[in-house]
Amino acid sequence: MVLSTGYWVTRTKNSLPNTHYPIPNTQKMSRIQQLFSEKKENILNIYFTAGFPKLDSTKEIILSLEEAGVDLVEVGMPYSDPLADGPTIQQSGQVALKNGMTLDLLFEQLEAVRNSSSIPLILMGYFNQVMQYGEQNFFTRCKNVGIDGLILPDLPVYEYETYYKTMIEEAGLDISFLITPQTSPERIKKIDELTSGFIYMVSNSSITGAKKGISDKQIAYFNRINKMNLSNPRLLGFGISNHETFSTACQYANGAIIGSAYINALNNTKDINRTTMEFVEMVKGQAIDAKIL
Amino acid sequence: MITIDNKGYYGEFGGAFIPEMLHPNVEELRQLYLEIMDDETFKKEFQQLLRDYVGRPSPLYLAERLSAHYNASIYLKREDLNHTGAHKINNTIGQILLAQRLGKKRIIAETGAGQHGVATATVCALKGIKCIVYMGEVDIKRQAPNVARMKMLGAEVRPARSGSKTLKDATNEAIRDWINNPEDTHYIIGSVVGPHPYPDMVARFQSVISEEMLWQLLDQTGKEDPDIIIACVGGGSNAAGAYYHYLNREQVRLIAVEAAGLGVESGESAATSVLGSKGIIHGSRTLLMQTPDGQIIEPYSISAGLDYPGIGPLHAHLIKSGRAEPVSITDKEALASAYFVSQKEGIIPALETAHAFSALEKIKYNSTDVIVINLSGRGDKDLETYIKHYDKFH
Ligand SMILES: Cc1ncc(COP(=O)(O)O)c(C=O)c1O
Repeated sequence: MVLSTGYWVTRTKNSLPNTHYPIPNTQKMSRIQQLFSEKKENILNIYFTAGFPKLDSTKEIILSLEEAGVDLVEVGMPYSDPLADGPTIQQSGQVALKNGMTLDLLFEQLEAVRNSSSIPLILMGYFNQVMQYGEQNFFTRCKNVGIDGLILPDLPVYEYETYYKTMIEEAGLDISFLITPQTSPERIKKIDELTSGFIYMVSNSSITGAKKGISDKQIAYFNRINKMNLSNPRLLGFGISNHETFSTACQYANGAIIGSAYINALNNTKDINRTTMEFVEMVKGQAIDAKIL
Repeated sequence: MITIDNKGYYGEFGGAFIPEMLHPNVEELRQLYLEIMDDETFKKEFQQLLRDYVGRPSPLYLAERLSAHYNASIYLKREDLNHTGAHKINNTIGQILLAQRLGKKRIIAETGAGQHGVATATVCALKGIKCIVYMGEVDIKRQAPNVARMKMLGAEVRPARSGSKTLKDATNEAIRDWINNPEDTHYIIGSVVGPHPYPDMVARFQSVISEEMLWQLLDQTGKEDPDIIIACVGGGSNAAGAYYHYLNREQVRLIAVEAAGLGVESGESAATSVLGSKGIIHGSRTLLMQTPDGQIIEPYSISAGLDYPGIGPLHAHLIKSGRAEPVSITDKEALASAYFVSQKEGIIPALETAHAFSALEKIKYNSTDVIVINLSGRGDKDLETYIKHYDKFH
């Protein structure tokens, strides 16, 4: 009988919406969740494109970022057609691909890094890369090499829920979705439900590296989001490039994500470790000290 | 049955794989496009412009000398006679009216051959709306007359300098522009590609082609159905328009002609249905040419309008389900057809369309068959290429 379908019964009983999903392995928090449970502000997440500037720069970059006191590292899987990225990240991806970067090689490099680093690692890339690797293979491999979370900007919420949510949860990976100034409140709530780890708050509707500085209009948006009492912490990204923008971002979110500015710093560097230490020092500046005092 | 669901899937192809930054714009379109297109005043305005401004209906012409040569009844659907010289304007008229209703003040577009760019610049001039067209640097060189036309019409042409510097890259740049301008801008995509609802919306605007074919064929042959419809496929919009009302008339064979460039196996090709595999390009799950790692391969064709590494999700579905038959045509074969048709019928076809004519050399048919070739555009823009190769073919 039609009326006895589970759907109908759930609706008529007016039961709670099915929004609570058990996290596998509940006693053990993921590295990302651990970080956010211990540190609530001034979190610095730095993005780099794997295979740039050199094919084998991955390990040195991650270890240097960790040494410099960065909290999370976002590893970009270079892509031929990165729709959400501006010229800086596009070009670094082209160099990386020309250098010969592949997903298999990247996974090998990351596996090697994990022996000497415990910093949370997030893979960022476009969904076609995941599809071609085989979704299940990709998620399993991520887990096995010690990746903690994913950012897949062109994986839509609908497809994620319908096809991939279970796979990603079973692999024990966190996933961050993006919100922008144009994202509706209902959609933000939905994204908050689906996110584990942190929400990637795009500072201004733009591609990466496009806009400089933070305007009053953006601040109104940050305040609006803060009032929503979301369950996930938020990192602010896009257009964060220096001490000034980083400290402003930290006033309105748990921390910030820097990409293009770091790629620019790495361009033409002869000493990745030194460039990285200097870059992170520049970004953190005295802001952190001032906050601690 | 060929159908599309409300998430934009034709079978397993379609959807909207877009970054969150594009979500509000694409979602607004998805929610409103059918309602707007169904509105009586919209329809009236659209049809009136198609008639009085574009010059529709485009004739269906029985090409007697071609028919005699190929021993079949060959009809040409004369989209080349439309204002601006190709089918592209059917879609841009529809989308500019839609953009007005959405309150948009700025139009962006991508273009390959420049036909869609010209068609967009034209409707923007018609409506007094600012127009920016992204075009690959390579295409700017090989389609110079269309670049000049766009400028003449008041549009700004911005070169796309990334990747292969052709249609794929122009599309990337247009999408990035849309991300950066989320409020006042409408993106007029030029083919049945991109995230849902674009493939369906563009197919509906182009469906006027087959709508006219129904009564024109009835008039001229006594039957609505031809035996075969042939169209070239870049992204697939002229083909979608020519197939549309016949999609579920299984007795009508649909031939999808792709550009093989220097040859399907040469490494310099754009024959997506042969060389492609399932993946995501420009926000759509479809067939595309890519490496095992999912990096999009730069295509090649002499024809800028077919030089695209994907096909629309409708065509991916038609080909994978066996509903449409793909045919690959090389640069050389297309050029030969262009010279041949010019001198047989007094019609200089666009290089894209020349590929469709070459399919007559490849497919099997009977002498009693009624074959419609969608003559998607005229060859004025390609004269330089035609003159350059002329001596090799004569
Ligand atoms: C005359 C003509 N035919 C065909 C095409 C290919 O596009 P589509 O496959 O969308 O019809 C183009 C594209 O520029 C064109 O100008």
